[in-house]
Parts: sequence; structure tokens; C-alpha cells
Amino acid sequence: MTPSPRPKPDEVGAGKRPWRRTQGAFALGLLAPAVVVVFGIIVYPMVQTGVYAATDVASAMQTSAPFVGLGNFRSALGRPQFWASMGRTLYFTVVSTGVELLLGLGIAGLLNARIRGRWLLRTLVVIPWAVPTVVSGALWKGIFNAQYGSLNALLAQFGLIDKYQIWLGTPFLALNMVIVADVWKTVPVVAFMLLAGLTSIPDEVYEAARIDRAGRIRTLTSITLPLLLPSISIVLVLRVIEAFKVFDIIYAMTRGGPANGTMTIAYYTYMTAFSDQRYGLGSALAYLIVIVIAGLSALYLRALRRSEMSLL
Amino acid sequence: MRMKRHIRVLLYVAAVAVGLFMVAPFAWMVVASFQTQAELVARPLRWWPGRFFPDRYVSIFTDPANDVFRTALRNSLIVSVAVVAVSMFVGILGAYAFARLNFRFRRAVLMMFLFTYMLPQIALLIPLYMILNNLSLLDTIPGLVVVDCSLVVPFVLWILSNYFLTIPAELEESAWIDGASRLGALVRIVLPSARPGLFAAAMFAFLLAWDEFMYALIFTSSTASKTVPVAIAEFSGRYSTDFGLVAAGGVLAALPPVVLAVLFQRHVVSGLVSGAVKT
Repeated sequence: MTPSPRPKPDEVGAGKRPWRRTQGAFALGLLAPAVVVVFGIIVYPMVQTGVYAATDVASAMQTSAPFVGLGNFRSALGRPQFWASMGRTLYFTVVSTGVELLLGLGIAGLLNARIRGRWLLRTLVVIPWAVPTVVSGALWKGIFNAQYGSLNALLAQFGLIDKYQIWLGTPFLALNMVIVADVWKTVPVVAFMLLAGLTSIPDEVYEAARIDRAGRIRTLTSITLPLLLPSISIVLVLRVIEAFKVFDIIYAMTRGGPANGTMTIAYYTYMTAFSDQRYGLGSALAYLIVIVIAGLSALYLRALRRSEMSLL
Repeated sequence: MRMKRHIRVLLYVAAVAVGLFMVAPFAWMVVASFQTQAELVARPLRWWPGRFFPDRYVSIFTDPANDVFRTALRNSLIVSVAVVAVSMFVGILGAYAFARLNFRFRRAVLMMFLFTYMLPQIALLIPLYMILNNLSLLDTIPGLVVVDCSLVVPFVLWILSNYFLTIPAELEESAWIDGASRLGALVRIVLPSARPGLFAAAMFAFLLAWDEFMYALIFTSSTASKTVPVAIAEFSGRYSTDFGLVAAGGVLAALPPVVLAVLFQRHVVSGLVSGAVKT
């Protein structure tokens, strides 16, 4: 399964076949179930959230609510807490994505290298990816525990710290520790996606580089990285999108605390809507997230189309 | 390229370091789940059980107080299997259309499917809650299956569409000449040759459904429909001082996806080549 240029369906289906004209109807029939299952669930709530965002809904059972136009958006944008959580989300996104990409590149190289026990390494690297996010959150919460956590125990036994640290006790440190947990859980998928890109680089290219007596570093910078660029850009945009929406691991590890130190924008929106029961404001916040995600998704689709990896 | 000796050594050192970082936290969870509370709070910490202590697993499976967790395991299994079944059925049909048929708005429709899983779930939560409530599907397993499918189907569609493209169209065409219908050829010719892609898609679908947290958190509230991630989140909130118990629950919750992923490890890479989508 290499992402070499594939025939487009119109080329595959070229030729005059009797059902050529009925393909549209046939496609509609085949796609109808998927369209119902996906868009049947998504479209109405998407619109409805927009309606809530423009009204002052205070409870789930309220039948009519005063129309407030862009009031909720204005109120959201005027909240220091909104900008603070945006800032934290930005920090989380940049740092976690950056670390994951760098580590992922290295690990992908290792997984592709001709070393003994490569299958074992690949198997080990798959594990964190398969562990459910909430489980990994609970696991790292235990590891970082201030009194009995194994990180403290390990560092103390190696003499690296003299007293146990409260890893999740201060806002900024906690945010960074959540990033550590996120990196552990996510770096495998980044590495595997980059590995997929690596394995699609034909051997002949390396062969040619060898004949030209290109050194190891030169081969990496002039061949591997440029050819890997499409995969890198896809992974990068995807990770940025996922990181921007981060919720599960925050819920499992810190629930936004301490002192809102890990309150990302998705968690803030969740708290506003479900804890404070401010549905209108919560919906406006959710729409602001959608706007950012839509921009990022446009980038993603462009990266995908450039990569020849797909049907697009 | 032949590797120099020191580079080779460096590679192995890096491989061991990476392997340790990836497996150590999970391994620690397994070990801790078999240690007594006294061992887990000891300073210096003991890294290996002094004696085999399976009591927590026994308690999870027999103690009436842990009924929530047992039922959650069962619920997650039902939800995930149902989501996989629906998504695969719907996904196979749709993917075939994307890969083989020529129709108007093909690209636009595919882009819209792709866009849907970029959408933050949180933007749909409040209206979905009310819809499910009106349909009496709130806090039920079928309700959760329905909303989870909307997350998983685009993903399955994408993996399978790309996989179907790699299967030569000639295979089918010869079947048509023998008088098979398009659907007949899909079932008898395309699907058998797409087996690796189907495995990959089903595995990814299962993992996604098993991992799903936000919908389950908001849309389920009773033991009868809570899934494992919700139960674990509660568990780790309630027993934050009893890491051993959280670890045992975590091991059980992680076991099905981890076993699947390790068994089908080969398909992970190929699935990601074509799937390159959901992380």
C-alpha cells in the first residue's frame, strides 16, 4: 500500500458500459446509508448550536429564549477566562505537537532502520496508542502522584530529587505534565504515520544517492526529509487540530485544575455549558472552536491533496 | 547503506530507550495492579510484587460494589461491536462508490465527510442531548451507538475508499463478464481481496468506539449504559489514593484494544497510509 499515484475512478471506469449513465443513481444508493448515519446526526445539532449561540438559553427545558444576536460571542470574547484558556490551549498545542513531531520523526526512523528486533519495537510502540485516552490519563495521574507516585519514587531512588515533588500541584507545571502524558499516548501514531511515509520512498532514490556518494546527513536533508514533507504536513495539521480540541486527557488527569492551570478551551466550553448551565454562552464558545478548526481543516485538506495519497 | 559500528550501537541504545519509554508506564500499571496497597505506598517504592496479589481483580469481578465497572466492560463491548458492524456495512458500500463510481460532487461529498471528524464533538453536545432525550434514547446503549457511528463512519469510509483503489478493477470486470452484478462482484471479488484493508478499518473502528469519551460522559448516566472510559474516569476520581485499584481497572479497560492492536500491528501502518486521518 504505497501512496503512489493511483488511477482515478474515472480512468478505472473508462470505456462505454451500459450502466455508465446510471452510475450517479447507483452511487447515491450506495452512499445514502453513510450520509444518513453521519449527516443525519450532525447537521441539525450543528445548526441548533448556532441558534443557541444567538439566544440566551439558560436551561435544557426552556422552550423560548430571548434572541441576543452576537451578544454571547461578544460576552465570550470579553472574558479574561476565555483568553486565558485560549493561551493555554495554544501553549499545549504548540509544545505537544512540536515534541510529538520531533520524537515521532526519530522513532519513525528507528522503526524503519534495519535493526534486529524491529518487530518487537514496533509492537511496543503500538501499545500506548491502543491504551484508551482516559486510562492513560488515570495512569499518568498515578505516576505523577505527589505522595506515592512512581515518578517521584524513581527520581528519588536515582538521587535526582531529595524531596517528592507535587507534579500536578502548580498550574504551569501541571500543564506541562499533561503534555508529557499526551506525548506518550500520541507519539506512536505520529511515528507510524511518518513511518508510512518513509516506507513509500522508493529504494532506488537511496541507491542513486549512494552512487552519487552522498553522505548520511546529506541523504537525510536532501532526500528523506523533502520526500517526507507531505506526510509531515499532514501529521502536523492533524495533530494541531486534535490538540486544539484536547479534552479527554484533561478530564482524566486534572479536570482543568489546579487553579485553572490546565483549563483548555474545550474544557472551558464544557464547564460553561454543563457545569454553569450557560447553554447560550457555551454554544458561542463551541462555535468559536469550530471556526478555528474549520480554518485548520482547510489547511489539512490542502496538504492531503498535495500528497497524492488520496482520492481527492 | 552499510552502517558504521558506532552508529549501529547508537541506534540500539535509542531503540532500547524508546522501547522503555513506550512500555514502562503500561508495564508499571500491570505490575502495580498486582501489588498490595502497603507495597504501593512504601518508600522507597517496591517495583515488583513481594507476593502475587490478584485480589483487586477478584474484587472487580465479584464484589457487588464494583458492579458499575463490570457492566461498563459489557456495555463498551456491546457498543463497540455494534458500532464496528454498522460502520463497516455502511462504510463498505460508500467506499465502493467513492473508489469505483464516477458521479457528480464526488470530491465535494468526500471532503464533507472528511470535514465532519474535524468537528469538535462539543459543538454538537447540547442539541444532541435534547434530541436523544426527546427520542427516549438518552442514557441507552442504542443511543450511544447511533452518535458514535457518526464519528466512526467517515473514518472507515476513508480507509476503505483508499484501499479499494489499490485493488485492480480488472478483477471485477472479469466477474461482470461472467454475469455477476456490481454488488455481487463487490461481495465475491472485491471484499475477499480487500481483507487486509477490512481488518485495518475494523480494528481502527473498534479502537475509536472503545476510546470514545465525551459522548458517553454526557449521554450516559446510569450503570446500565455507562462505558468503560466513563467508569475509569469515575474510578480514578473516587479512588485517587488507591492506585492499585485504578491500575487493575485500567489494565482491564486497556486489554481489548491493546491485544487487538498488537495482533494486527502490521495493519496499523497500512491503515495509516491510507487512513492518514484520525489520531
